[in-house]
Amino acid sequence: MLLIKMLDKFGDYCMFMWRVIAIPDKWKVFFKRYTDEIGKLGIDSIPLIIIVSLFIGSLCTILIKLNISNPLLPRYTVGLTTREIILLEFSSTILCLILSGKIGSNIASEIGTMRATEQIDALDIMGINSANFLAMPKILALITILPFLVVICMATSLFGGWLICIITGIVEPDTYLFGIQSLFIEWYVWFALIKSLVFAFLMSTIACYYGYSVQGGSVEVGKASTDTVVVSNIMILVADVILTLLLL
Amino acid sequence: MIEVKHLSKTFMEENGPRQVLFDINAKLYDGKTNLIIGQSGSGKTVLVKNIVGLFDPDEGEILYDGRDITKMDRKQRKELRKEIGMLFQGSALFDSETVMGNVMFPLVMFGGMGNSEMRDRAQFCIDRVNLTGSENKFPSELSGGMQKRCAIARAIALNPKYLFCDEPNSGLDPKTSIVIDELLSDITHEFGITTIINTHDMNSVMGIGENIVFINKGHVGWIGNKDEVYNVDNDDLNNFVYATDLFRDVRKYRREHGYKPTNH
Repeated sequence: MLLIKMLDKFGDYCMFMWRVIAIPDKWKVFFKRYTDEIGKLGIDSIPLIIIVSLFIGSLCTILIKLNISNPLLPRYTVGLTTREIILLEFSSTILCLILSGKIGSNIASEIGTMRATEQIDALDIMGINSANFLAMPKILALITILPFLVVICMATSLFGGWLICIITGIVEPDTYLFGIQSLFIEWYVWFALIKSLVFAFLMSTIACYYGYSVQGGSVEVGKASTDTVVVSNIMILVADVILTLLLL
Repeated sequence: MIEVKHLSKTFMEENGPRQVLFDINAKLYDGKTNLIIGQSGSGKTVLVKNIVGLFDPDEGEILYDGRDITKMDRKQRKELRKEIGMLFQGSALFDSETVMGNVMFPLVMFGGMGNSEMRDRAQFCIDRVNLTGSENKFPSELSGGMQKRCAIARAIALNPKYLFCDEPNSGLDPKTSIVIDELLSDITHEFGITTIINTHDMNSVMGIGENIVFINKGHVGWIGNKDEVYNVDNDDLNNFVYATDLFRDVRKYRREHGYKPTNH
């Protein structure tokens, strides 16, 4: 029963995406909405990303220092391990899990409210492909901006680790800096960026789908918002495992 | 003219299929205010949504000046919808746009005009619905009546041939309802639009009902106009139209004294 329900939802999602992937009715309007969405979904998220990244970067450094206190391991291991954690998992996966709460629920509730207040019907009546009009700018905007947010997250997290070294002196800052430059594998950065593209697609399309499918009023909008976050998080983690197996 | 022929609609629900419309036949005339009336749950909103193409009927034809919307592909429907304006029950204004932005929206999407020409047209529509001075206000800053008027301005921006109004008076006080009714009636005659109003407001029925289609439990219960509605011996219709003592008294008085109904 659950499987049938899931397949039904997936089929519905595919049909929604079939409507989304179309040529916009008006390119000028599309680009305006696209740039607005980059600002709303991406630029507005930067303060949150900076705050979270600074704390996670410093926490990683503290916890690694506490747990790797073996005299046989060089002291720069703290910086090196912090970097690997941040590049491989935190900057892409954990960041997207956090952002799916902010961006996903924002998209689902915005589109859901438009559905509940007949604004989507108004678009349809005008002969506009409402799925494409509403979802496409959001999806493309998130796919465009998320890799930049990931890079900001990487830099800020590593900076956070360095900052905690200066403030507390748990590791010498120079040793930490040496650590984050040691044995650097460039592919890990590309790996994080590729993952971010996939996660951006999942996050935005799932949120748009749940918002667009709302039937009812404010209770259903709230439910759509919650479902978006839950399903996005699960799909991000599933995709993370698959991509890690494929790319590393 | 819009012609509805043998239209039926069934919804699949968890408890099984539920038929909402049964063999509906009706004509909605050009340059007239066509009212679709009926009790809540009688199927009038479903009928309107079928006519505008938001729902697909199980069977039947919906002819827009001879063009059957049920047989149109997506492209043809898109073209037809440029000729349709719709006023929703809750106004359905775009929250993020001002009054001017809302009225400009269909013009920007389909108008094919220059910027200043679009602004002029939008301003004309705003002035026509007496919203001058509110151009830069957002929907949340408008009263219910003003929101309805803004929605009317948006609906007529592209000079539609067909204007659909879903319960335009819901949530409005009687005086504002009359203002909206008169505005719709004036616009209909001024621009020769085929206006279809879905309502259960009796003031609208008596005031602007030039062609009335009464839907009762998914069937067409009666077709006529506001002058005929006083002398009909149709129990379902009379129970609906004259549901209050006041309306029953008015009917009795006017039948006894030979009065004809007048506009507001």
